[in-house]
Amino acid sequence: MKQGSRFWAWLVFGVGTTYFVLPLLATFEFSLRKRRGEYSFDAYRSVFGDPNFQTTFTYSVVVAVFTILLGVLLVVPTAYWIRLRLPHLRPVVEFITLLPLVIPAIVIVFGYIRMFGSNSTLPFLATARGTDALLVIGYTTLALPYMYRAVDTGLRTIDVRTLTEAAQILGAGWTTIIARIILPNVLIAVLSGAFLSFAIVIGEFTMASLLNRPAFGPYLQNIGANSAYEPSALALISFAITWGCMSLIQILSRFAPRSANRPN
Amino acid sequence: MAEPFLSIQQVRKSFGTTTVVQDFNLDVEPGEFVSFLGPSGCGKTTVLRMVAGFEEPSAGKIVVAGKDITRLKPNQRNVGMVFQAYALFPNLTVAQNIGFGLKVAGMPKADADRRVAEMLDLIKLPQMGDRYPYQLSGGQQQRIALARAIAPKPKLLLLDEPLSALDAKVRVSLREEIRSIQKKLGITTVFVTHDQEEALSISDRIAVMYGGKAEQVGTPFEIYNRPATKFVANFVGTLNVLEGTVTDAASGKVRVNSQEVSLQGKLNGSKSGDTLSLALRPEAISLGRHPGRDSSLSGEITEVHFLGSVIRVRVGIGGSTVSLDTFNSPATPPPAVGEKAEISFSSGDMLVLH
Repeated sequence: MKQGSRFWAWLVFGVGTTYFVLPLLATFEFSLRKRRGEYSFDAYRSVFGDPNFQTTFTYSVVVAVFTILLGVLLVVPTAYWIRLRLPHLRPVVEFITLLPLVIPAIVIVFGYIRMFGSNSTLPFLATARGTDALLVIGYTTLALPYMYRAVDTGLRTIDVRTLTEAAQILGAGWTTIIARIILPNVLIAVLSGAFLSFAIVIGEFTMASLLNRPAFGPYLQNIGANSAYEPSALALISFAITWGCMSLIQILSRFAPRSANRPN
Repeated sequence: MAEPFLSIQQVRKSFGTTTVVQDFNLDVEPGEFVSFLGPSGCGKTTVLRMVAGFEEPSAGKIVVAGKDITRLKPNQRNVGMVFQAYALFPNLTVAQNIGFGLKVAGMPKADADRRVAEMLDLIKLPQMGDRYPYQLSGGQQQRIALARAIAPKPKLLLLDEPLSALDAKVRVSLREEIRSIQKKLGITTVFVTHDQEEALSISDRIAVMYGGKAEQVGTPFEIYNRPATKFVANFVGTLNVLEGTVTDAASGKVRVNSQEVSLQGKLNGSKSGDTLSLALRPEAISLGRHPGRDSSLSGEITEVHFLGSVIRVRVGIGGSTVSLDTFNSPATPPPAVGEKAEISFSSGDMLVLH
C-alpha cells in the first residue's frame, strides 16, 4: 500500500515536472539553433551584444527599483495603520488593492493618458521624466496586490499593537516605530513583495509601450516580432531573472535574523 | 499624608454608549505599589491605559508629579510599562531592547551601554545581552521587559498583568523580584491583576474594581479582613456566606438557620426582621468548640478533602454550606462525611455584608 502510494506520488511528480520542464528544454534547444547545422549560443551572444538590450534592461531595472521604493513607502505605513487603527477598513483596502488584477493595464494607462496629458493640471506626460514618474506610479499600482498581501501577511505574524505601544511608551514617535520596529520585523515580507514587483516590472509591456518608454517589455515584443531565435533566448533570460528573484527571496529569508520571523 | 504622586481624578471612559470606567478616583503616594484588582471587564486595564496615554479619558484628570498629563501622548509622559504579552522587539537583542528607550531619548552610547549593563545586573541576567527574545524563556523575557521599562528612569511604572502568561512557579518568584526591584528603586508603581493572591502579596494598597468603579481602596490587610462591600468580600479570598435574620436589633441577636448568633455592634442600623448576609473566612472557623470563640453553629459534615498538610471540610448548616480548613494531625483521623459537627467562631470575625 505504502509502495503503491509512493509510485503514484512519483508519477504525478514526474508528469508535473515534464509538463513544466519540457517546453523550457524545447525553447532552450531551439534558441541554440541559430547557426545552421550545429548548436551554438549565437542567439544569446546577439541578445547580450545588442545595445538596446542593455539600455532597455537597465531602464527597467531602475524603474523597478523606484517602483519598489514607492510601493514600500505607500504600502508599509498603510497596511500598518489599517492593522493598528482601522481594522474595520481592511476588507475595503483589500478590495482596492485587488482592483489592478481585474482592471486591465491598458484601461489604467488610457486613464493616465487622459488624466495627465500636457494640458492637465498634473502634466506628467509633458516631459520624459514626468512620464517615467507616471510609469513608476502605474507599476506600483500593478504590483499593489502582491506588495499589500505580502506586507499584510508579514504584519499578521507580529503583535503590531503591543509592539507599537511598547515603543510609544519608551518615547518613540511614528517614524521611529515604523523604521526601527515594524519594518525590520516585516522585512522578509517586504522583500517578497519587492521581488514580485521587480518580476512584474521587468516583463511589463502595455504601460511602457503606450507611454512610449524604452523599457525591457516592449524590447522583448519587438525582438519577438522581428527575429526567430533571439525571442527564445530572451524568454529563457527572462525566466532566469524571475527565478533569480525567487531564489533571492529564499536566500534572504534564510539569512535574515530568525527573531524577525518569530513573534513572541 | 504626603502629596500624591499620581492622582486620578473623577476619570470616566466611555466607548460609544458603553461606560467602562466611571468616576474613578485614586491618589498614589510616591514610591507606593498599588494594585488594581478585579475580574475581567471591570475597567482596571482601561484605567491603566489611560494613565499610560493609550486611551484618552472621556472626563476627568490624571496628574503625575503635579503635572496634568491627561492629554499628553504616551511618548511624552515618561512612564514605563510592562505588558502581559512581553512585547519585546523581536528584531532587537536583549541589550538593544533595554537600550531602546535610552537611544530614543538621545542618551550618548557609552552612558546607554552602562545603563543597559546596570539593568541586566539588576534583573540578574548579565550574560543575556546578545541574545534575541526568542532565545529566552517567558520569565526571562518578562524580566527583560521590566528592565527595558525602568531603564529610562520613568516617573511611574505601569504593570499590565505582567505575570499572567507565566507558569505558577515562575509567577511567584518573578512577583517577588518585581517587588524587590520596585522597593530598591523606590519607583511609584501601578499593577493590574485579576489574581488576588498576587495583589495581596506584593501591594502596599489595593484598589478592588468592579463595574468600572473602585469598590474599595485599602491595604491588603484591610481589603481581606474588612471588605467594604459584598463584592470585595466575595472576590478577595474564600468566603462562607450565610443568610441571617435580625431577631433583636438592640442586643445584636441574629438567627442563622434557627440558631442564634450575637453580633452586637455590627448590625449597622439594621432593624429586627431584616435579612442579612453574614460572611466568615474559612480560617476564622474551627471544628468543635474552642476557647475564645463565642459563637457556634451545628450541622453535618458533607464533604472531606484531604490536601496533605490541610484537610478541607464542608459542613452543611441548614440550607448553607460552610467551608473550613483544619491542619492534618497524623494522630487524629480526619472527620467522616455524615458526622454531626459543631463549628465555632468569634462573632468579631463575622462580616456583615451590605
